[in-house]
Amino acid sequence: MTLKKFALGLTTASALTLASVSSAQGLLNSSYDIARELFASYNQLFSEHWPEQDLEIQQSHGGSSAQAQAILQGLRADVVTFNQVTDINILASRGNLLPEDWQTRLPNNSSPYFSTMAFLVRKDNPKNIQNWDDLVREEVSLVFPNPKTSGNGRYTYLAARGFAQQQFSDEQEQQQFLSTFLSRVEVFDNGGRGATNTFIDRGIGDVLITFESEVRNILDELNSDDYQIVVPQVSFLAEFPVAWLDRNVQRNNSAELAKAYLEHLYSQPAQELLAGFNYRVHHPEVVAANAERFPELQLLTIEDIAGSWDYATNNIFNNGGELDRLLSRR
Amino acid sequence: MLYRRSSLGQSPWLKYSLIGLAFVIMTLYVLAPLAFIFVRAFSQGWANYLSVILDPYTRHAIGLTLVVALLTVPINLLFGTFLAWLVTRYEFRGRKLLMTLIDIPFAVSPIVAGLLYLLLYGSQGLIGGWLDQYDVQLMFAWPGLVLVTLFVTSPFVARELIPLMQQQGQDEEEAAISLGANGWQMFSQVTLPKIRWALLYGVVLTNARAMGEFGAVSVVSGSIRGQTNTLALHIELLAQDFNAVGAFVSASLLASLALFTLLIKALVEWRQQQQLNTSLEDSQ
Repeated sequence: MTLKKFALGLTTASALTLASVSSAQGLLNSSYDIARELFASYNQLFSEHWPEQDLEIQQSHGGSSAQAQAILQGLRADVVTFNQVTDINILASRGNLLPEDWQTRLPNNSSPYFSTMAFLVRKDNPKNIQNWDDLVREEVSLVFPNPKTSGNGRYTYLAARGFAQQQFSDEQEQQQFLSTFLSRVEVFDNGGRGATNTFIDRGIGDVLITFESEVRNILDELNSDDYQIVVPQVSFLAEFPVAWLDRNVQRNNSAELAKAYLEHLYSQPAQELLAGFNYRVHHPEVVAANAERFPELQLLTIEDIAGSWDYATNNIFNNGGELDRLLSRR
Repeated sequence: MLYRRSSLGQSPWLKYSLIGLAFVIMTLYVLAPLAFIFVRAFSQGWANYLSVILDPYTRHAIGLTLVVALLTVPINLLFGTFLAWLVTRYEFRGRKLLMTLIDIPFAVSPIVAGLLYLLLYGSQGLIGGWLDQYDVQLMFAWPGLVLVTLFVTSPFVARELIPLMQQQGQDEEEAAISLGANGWQMFSQVTLPKIRWALLYGVVLTNARAMGEFGAVSVVSGSIRGQTNTLALHIELLAQDFNAVGAFVSASLLASLALFTLLIKALVEWRQQQQLNTSLEDSQ
């Protein structure tokens, strides 16, 4: 019967296809959704550096928090390269996959690259936006993702909070500033890409606030003069933390490879690659070479602004916290 | 002929404009998007089309999709036939309940199905946690993909068979038994020939859904390229990469698989009609 032959052929073909991928020494990198191309390039770079020939690096991408959930549910990633410290903290506290002090294991708080929050404004900056206090002016409307659902939005809120703390000594005035800031938001999208679409495709708002790297990517991508970037003098240090997951690398017998993979992110060629993807980096020579593109700023850490991530999560962003209070006032 | 015309409407004009409208609507709804997929897929030429297909990740996605379908279809073929047999040939307490349960995968959103499997078989789940101790991983690996696809496609075969087998009754089976046939002989020589084409139709539907399923597999896949990425998931990943042509090429592959399945379905229907005709002639 021809159908039987056909089925047999299919089985053989698919078995061969499946067999063709595997065997080699492997590593699974779980990462945030817009980092796919970045790590595809980095994997290339790393495999040239790694002495063994047979190297297979797999990538999994999604929202950083969703990725953390998947790992908690059993996705056996060897390393994580996230855009939020809290998402790795969960893996330590709830999953026991790595020690609580994971941030001390690699330089720069285990954050080989970083970014900050910047503004994208429309052509010729018609509302003359220069700094955070320009954003609370009555005639200005803002677009950034909802801090309740998005790390990107949380960073924006924390940056504004840091600015307010520098500007006003009185806590009442700080809260008033943040409340006005929130009231200027035209659309609260769920995530960063959604906010970008609202600003670019739907033409809503005077200012889009998002990662500096994302703003520069948009400008590179669109290649148009309809927008320009404004980097405020004071902003938030958005770390992009990386870690190997001890329990999984032990299981997969990949500890050495996982560590090398992450350590190599700090090397000069890797840092050059990261700068090419519009991230800020630490390597002195790479920093010097890109000084024009990345003007020096005052970057506030989570410790400066809220003491710790735990405090920020529990007292600012959780239900009934500071954010909810200020939002209900708006 | 005369009856048909008068039952539809007064004038042939109305009839033909309605038919025309149906074709226009179908073109806009179905044909145009489908054609668009292929136009976009070939927008950068054959060479580019081939290079996407030959990409190891695409090849793996095709292979994985076929493996999932090849495992799902036979299992659900057996399971569905067994269920249909059970509820149409026996009277028992809970029979109605069983028939309702068969339909649950139709009623439940695939995303929910995926989440349920994840909560149960994930490493923090009830069963998954126990399996994890023995280093058995179901979720975020191919067994998980097969499991949720089994769930989502489980009703198709049973749903095709039940009405037919109910209608056919069991007189012939009883006759076979009384003539001394054992259970298997009765099934293979009496029952199977009667339900053959409905069974094949169920298989075709199961296969189409198994290959195209997105929601449930996306929850349990972890979307690891070259490992747990089926063709449907691959399309989404490529689209997110702004690789529009790659996404359309993969979509055209999936659409081709679906069209091929439809072709088999048409063939099956044609054979079914023929069989019906011959059996009608026989009875006359």
